[in-house]
Amino acid sequence: MDKPLILNRRRLLMGAGALATMPVFPLWAQSGHMGGHGGHATKSGAPAGRNTGGVLSGESIALSIGAAKFGVGNRSGAAVAVNGSIPAPLIRLREGQKVRIAVTNTLPEQSSIHWHGLLVPFQMDGVPGLSFPGIDPGETFTYEFPITHSGTFWYHSHSGMQEAEGLYGPILIDPAEPDAAAPFDREYVLMLADWSPMNPHEQLRKLKAMGGYFNWQRQTVGGLLKGKDQSLKERLEWAKMRMDATDISDVTGATYSYVINGHDTGANWTALFRPGERIKLRIINASSMTNFNFRIPGLPMTVVAADGCNVQPVETDEFQIAIAETYDVIVQPNDSAPFGIIAEAIDRSGLVRATLAPQIGLAGAIPARRARPVLTMRDMGMDMSGMDMGSSGEIDLSKPANESMAGHSMKMRDLSLAPGVKAGPGVATISPMPADRLADKPTGLEDVDHRVLTYADLRSRVANPDLRKPSRQIDVNLTANMERYMWSIDGETISDGAKPIPFRKGERVRVNLINHTMMPHPIHLHGHFFELVTGEPVNRPRKHTVNVLPGGKASFDLTADAEGDWAFHCHMLLHMHAGMMRVVTVRADGGAA
Amino acid sequence: MRNMMLAAAALMATPAVAQEAQDPHAGHDMSQMQGIDHSGHDMGATGGAAADEQAMEGMDHSMHAQAATDGSADATPMDHSAHMGHTMPTVPDSEVGNAPPPPAPTDHPADAFWDRQRMVQARADLASEGRFFGNALILDRLEYRPRNGRNGYAWQAMGWIGGDIDRLAVETEGDGAFGSPLETGEVRAAWRHALDPWWNFELGVRQDFAAGPDRTYGVIGIEGLAPYWFEVGAHAFVSNKGDVHFRVEAEHDMRLTQRLILQPSVELDAAAQDVPELHIGSGFEKIELGARLRYEFVREFAPYVGVHWERKLGETARLARVDGENPSQLSAVIGLRMWF
Repeated sequence: MDKPLILNRRRLLMGAGALATMPVFPLWAQSGHMGGHGGHATKSGAPAGRNTGGVLSGESIALSIGAAKFGVGNRSGAAVAVNGSIPAPLIRLREGQKVRIAVTNTLPEQSSIHWHGLLVPFQMDGVPGLSFPGIDPGETFTYEFPITHSGTFWYHSHSGMQEAEGLYGPILIDPAEPDAAAPFDREYVLMLADWSPMNPHEQLRKLKAMGGYFNWQRQTVGGLLKGKDQSLKERLEWAKMRMDATDISDVTGATYSYVINGHDTGANWTALFRPGERIKLRIINASSMTNFNFRIPGLPMTVVAADGCNVQPVETDEFQIAIAETYDVIVQPNDSAPFGIIAEAIDRSGLVRATLAPQIGLAGAIPARRARPVLTMRDMGMDMSGMDMGSSGEIDLSKPANESMAGHSMKMRDLSLAPGVKAGPGVATISPMPADRLADKPTGLEDVDHRVLTYADLRSRVANPDLRKPSRQIDVNLTANMERYMWSIDGETISDGAKPIPFRKGERVRVNLINHTMMPHPIHLHGHFFELVTGEPVNRPRKHTVNVLPGGKASFDLTADAEGDWAFHCHMLLHMHAGMMRVVTVRADGGAA
Repeated sequence: MRNMMLAAAALMATPAVAQEAQDPHAGHDMSQMQGIDHSGHDMGATGGAAADEQAMEGMDHSMHAQAATDGSADATPMDHSAHMGHTMPTVPDSEVGNAPPPPAPTDHPADAFWDRQRMVQARADLASEGRFFGNALILDRLEYRPRNGRNGYAWQAMGWIGGDIDRLAVETEGDGAFGSPLETGEVRAAWRHALDPWWNFELGVRQDFAAGPDRTYGVIGIEGLAPYWFEVGAHAFVSNKGDVHFRVEAEHDMRLTQRLILQPSVELDAAAQDVPELHIGSGFEKIELGARLRYEFVREFAPYVGVHWERKLGETARLARVDGENPSQLSAVIGLRMWF
């Protein structure tokens, strides 16, 4: 095995100048480099840094997965690196080419790489047990597939929980023709992630023993006396239901350091610009357990792509990027001043600041810490949008249900409301009245005083490829018990014997994701894009991952056009590992694949 | 009744509007939305504030066409609509068909590309996804009890190993005074089985090892999390001599600050019969009340101070007095809570 690589903050603090000579961060992830130029996208321009400096291009690529040490600040621990770096090398390819990627596993355990968002034949999708057998220790597996579409994607391990240990990297696919609709002068990749020195399996063990293990932002008697958070009455109502209104994230800044391209706030990853330039930022959330609020205070962002699919440019001031999502934004700083690039964990237990600066050595301001969100009835699956009709506008849960709720079941675990759910200790709650939350501002951003992107703001730039109406629909229930830390779909895990979700090849189906938990779940389907059911048809946003807000629902229309077996799961790594996962099968009608 | 109807109408109207905004068909071609009364939309558009009787009548029907997952069960005033709701689509019928799903296939297409034996093994690994096996050891109390003349100590610890549903749980607790034989001491091992989201069934054995005759008991009980976040346990014990005992205990973590936690606790013991050799009388035998204030430097390490009061009751108390013992004991405690 290779000698473990040691990266620590002390070396990073030597300053950006020293970083340039460090082999440990690939060039694109190094602070203060000049970015890629818009010229990349022209047909004549060769991609910069081809096969050098951590950008891998061409038709033949070699990756080596190996054990490493990684550290951020004073948090260091065992990690998994690709070609000796965390994040893994940038893979930059062009639409229309073919690629062969030979992946060698030098770990003592099995590994794999999944090409997140890339449409590839199922046997190249990289999920052990579905697509292929996995890559055994010492083995080299060669992936080979055509590149059929462009955009911002990423790759990560689909084995164990190696992704949490650093096995993630970006993929950029340049379009066959340059994108004239969203020109830019310079571009950067921002790979957001959470890093913990605690092994993810140990995190899971702690959470199984105590669901709130990492939450140090709970409601307190001290807070009550100061008039913070919920009122006493609300606290009692929630306590009666054994529900914690501060349960925003399972794993928090108590163990995580948040990083952009492997750099924490202190390391201040810096992207350079000249005033007036249009800068394209390709933002990828490669976290294992952290959804981020992303903003650049003082700089509006024009979103031009989501999950690698172009959208009609829409300007916003902040958006929430769920785990596994990608957004491309264009910013145009005119002032010769540093701007803070802020990725804040949605529970606000921490953030990471990078800097967009006219020269090296400047640091963007870190905004004041915002209050940790407190969940509401809507996050519990009670759609109260019609309830504020009374004079007080207050919802009184203490009244009998048939008085305040007009006979609607306000029981928090009425299994008759979700007939597809198998009852058991792993299902603590059933959302009594889940609302379609695709147009909702996400958790914690409901009341901020600037623009916040919602899924409903996204419109595909090109017409959706399949305009048929769905021939059928299915409900997929996201279920959990936070106290026992059990996560499942329809109350079952694959280990419980849950059957695959079958599709006919080419059929169009509406999938209704219903969140019966109080936590958002970024649900990812392999091998396909789907259209979110929001706004007028034809230009609905296409995505590979959709964040289903707490207690709510999100629907997408899927054309099951890729034959094979595919993974379908929550991209919160511990949730997936605990069982919030299914196999999706796509078969030609009446026959095996 | 009228109030109930109003509320229901408002509740149902809003999703209708939300969907209308989302779906052009709903808004533009109402003929596709069978059974929907426009009055529902009108009312929703005004925030539901102006709901009138007409609107309510309309909404009765609109519920049929709306919202599978809006969850309208137990809708006593709305009768039939509740159950209809479950199987109905979340969007207007006109947009989504009701074709049957295909059968789940049993083949494995990856076998055509890769070594079948390796795929079988990989599938077995994938099939274990979601299966948890782990352990925890929590030393809840390890404490010193300074008392006049006879300083005492006590402990209480719990460990488990197993999965989400079935675990082997081992618990031990006891107390005594320095320089004297152990006053109480027991260890329990039980199969712990999750019954529902909050409660576990326990079946096991308990061995006492304090001063006096050692007893072995069979244990049956439940433990879990009650509303308002109370950790509760209730157990019955049947000894190898046939005597039967009961114990109920509860504790609650009151978070004063993020790290400063006050834990009140109570335990009540009872016996179904006199057990002279254990100095226990029939009926309630003992109550223990405690309050411990701990500081969680980390979850795994939390020193505490507090008070512990225990009083023997009824016949058991009388027997204690006969033995020259004070049936009531109050002590300060200083201790440590740890986790592994």
